[in-house]
Amino acid sequence: MTDAEPLDCDEFVELVTAYLEDALDPADRQRVLDHLDLCDGCSTYLEQIRATVRAVGDLPEPGGLPDAGRQRLLDAFRRGL
Amino acid sequence: MPPLPPDEELVRRLRAGDEAAFGLVLDRWSPGMLRLARSFVSTPDSAAECVQDAWLAVLEGLDRFEGRAALRTWVYRILVNTAKRRGVKEGRSVPWSSVRPEDGPTVDPDRFRGPGEPYAGHWRELPAPWPTPEDATLAAEMRSVVAAAVADLPERQRVVLTLRDVQGYAAAEVCSILEISPTYQRVLLHRARASVRGRIEDYHARAVTP
Repeated sequence: MTDAEPLDCDEFVELVTAYLEDALDPADRQRVLDHLDLCDGCSTYLEQIRATVRAVGDLPEPGGLPDAGRQRLLDAFRRGL
Repeated sequence: MPPLPPDEELVRRLRAGDEAAFGLVLDRWSPGMLRLARSFVSTPDSAAECVQDAWLAVLEGLDRFEGRAALRTWVYRILVNTAKRRGVKEGRSVPWSSVRPEDGPTVDPDRFRGPGEPYAGHWRELPAPWPTPEDATLAAEMRSVVAAAVADLPERQRVVLTLRDVQGYAAAEVCSILEISPTYQRVLLHRARASVRGRIEDYHARAVTP
């Protein structure tokens, strides 16, 4: 993908992660940007991927180790050193 | 949360038997380790045992830690190996080396106009924008949809998504923890995000047309 052929939407959706990770070469990055300028559907898709990342990041944190397990590890640390 | 002391100081204090330093890393890293372990094994209890076994292995190996990776990366790598072994034993996971990477499109090809049609390769129907969940009930429902979507991912995708997007680790650290290439890491992340996006989309579509 080194020529300047415009992207189709079905190609865009497969480049979206590389785009967000800044892993595209400058030519492909430009093709992505050009496509986003023209395509509402892919702009929505990109925003939804970003929303997905946020939603996954909002999942509640599980608690820590059970108290007994934590205590066993602290005991092991004390014994071992 | 205050930042942890730099690795060099942490390792020195741990080797000197400083219990406070051990308590610090134990409490700071265990929740994330539990979540990651849960990506490999079938129950929360089993995950807790993995994390405990990993910490014991960390204590045993601490003298061998050479500081080539960050301490957290090294601890997580030990956890991943512990959890993988246990996952395989539980019959839940298969050795990573024996599975071929996934390929194929991440969005249903029927969503796009086919070859020969006008605007081939373009959306048949544009993805519908999502509503912002405003009330708490919907937000909770949404969280459970997302949690289920993550739980249903293939193991490697779930592990990478958990490290990257749940725990917010940088790509380089995730590659180092899992000992995979940057390209493969990105493929797994890409497939995982696309798949979770699809589940959220289905959820919104159901909510609009009951």
